[in-house]
Amino acid sequence: MEPRDVTLTINGRAYRARVEPRKTLADTIREDCGLTGTHLGCEHGVCGACTILMDGEAVRSCLLFAVQAEGADLRTVEGLAESPADGGEPRLHPIQQAFWEHHGLQCGFCTPGFLMTTVAFLRDNPHPTEREIREGLAGNLCRCTGYQNIVKAVAAASGMLTSTPRRAARARRTYGGATNGKQGGGVRRRTPEHPGRQRKPPA
Amino acid sequence: MKPAAFEYHAPRTIEEAVGLLAEHGDDAKVLAGGQSLVPLMNMRLARPRVIVDINRTRGLAGLGEARGMLRIGSMVRQRAAERSVLVASRCPLLREALGWVGHPQIRNRGTIGGSIAHADPAAEIPAVLAALGGEVTVRGRRGPRTISAAELFVTYLTTAIDARELLTEVRVPVMPRAAGWSWMEIARRHGDFALAGVGVMLAMRGKVIADARIGLTGVGPIPVRAAAAERVLVKQHPSDALWQRAAEAVRAAIEPEGDLHASADYRRHVAGVLTVRALREAHARAGAPRGRAGGRPRGEAA
Repeated sequence: MEPRDVTLTINGRAYRARVEPRKTLADTIREDCGLTGTHLGCEHGVCGACTILMDGEAVRSCLLFAVQAEGADLRTVEGLAESPADGGEPRLHPIQQAFWEHHGLQCGFCTPGFLMTTVAFLRDNPHPTEREIREGLAGNLCRCTGYQNIVKAVAAASGMLTSTPRRAARARRTYGGATNGKQGGGVRRRTPEHPGRQRKPPA
Repeated sequence: MKPAAFEYHAPRTIEEAVGLLAEHGDDAKVLAGGQSLVPLMNMRLARPRVIVDINRTRGLAGLGEARGMLRIGSMVRQRAAERSVLVASRCPLLREALGWVGHPQIRNRGTIGGSIAHADPAAEIPAVLAALGGEVTVRGRRGPRTISAAELFVTYLTTAIDARELLTEVRVPVMPRAAGWSWMEIARRHGDFALAGVGVMLAMRGKVIADARIGLTGVGPIPVRAAAAERVLVKQHPSDALWQRAAEAVRAAIEPEGDLHASADYRRHVAGVLTVRALREAHARAGAPRGRAGGRPRGEAA
């Protein structure tokens, strides 16, 4: 079929691509936009490795065609870490930091999908129980079977994200999508082990 | 490229969509949430020549209530219905069953109408529609027609909807006030299709059961409404013995098939066990206030 021109908005930036209608969003993100952080495992909607945010909601990008995503606000794992405008070292997103600290990844292949699923999950449920975490992550598979530490990492990240109104407002800007009104009221949970996002000392 | 090549259309209006379906007939497939169709296409088990993508079609995403029916546009996402206060208050059985459909990522895209039109024999939403006696509206070139749940499901993955028709609206009867409900399901892993599942609604009048509805999934080619079991229950006093009699009626009414995942005998047995549990829970909930928080924590595995 005739290729079409599409413009995708990924992590706030516009990408132009010429794709056949049958080209999945996942392949387009990787091959045409050069954002290879989104991984492809099963390519039929079972493993969750290709999970991205579309208008704030976690979706499987292997089950969407790129032509369907025009006009949507797409977020991929590349959009999580914060790159300072002055060109300094990027800072990990609190969820990434928690995965780092709690050994929430082994080979790392499934990690981008877990991270994006967790972003939406903790936005909707900032203080989940362990059971809720396990259910929230059930659509993502880790072939290293490192689930224990993934659950620990998500538990550690919970509450760190949206613990102040300012953070909540930033979270809305970063992740977009619906909010459930629960944001902003959380208890700040910082310990020496889980310091949250570190502010760099001014140069 | 995973799927075979196809001609892609994204109609903006229902009329346009119906026109495309009329033109292409069996060559066309409607793309709704894509959570069943696109995997089939990626594996090339389905190779439609024409895709009619109705994600940008106006007039298919309404959610409201009229004349005792919950009216759900066919493109309402399963997640939106699951989060809807209206669905939770008018049809908590549907809300509870939705929590068992795939995973959140699936429900974020998957639609109410898509699940019904796909008619997987182990899906949840068709069983709820069958249990409560819902109906759907489909639109073809010659206008709309209504199909009741009893006539809708024909066999595996097959409905009475013609290839030239578009499912536009799903209507589910509002459950009586203070009716109890329960959805119970056994699956190999959380989020998998059910080996067997049952949805129950119980309405009480005083100490007697006034109305009972039982719908099952995963136990045959189409969702089963267990009318004989319902008759066992109506006008009776609730008791464990009564639940057992209803479960026996359910086991007698179904003809499950065995496959890789479970034998026919196992499915038949489990359908009865789940019926007892669901009736017990629905009875405990009958008369209780209803809301979003209602119900057992989701994710309870087998």
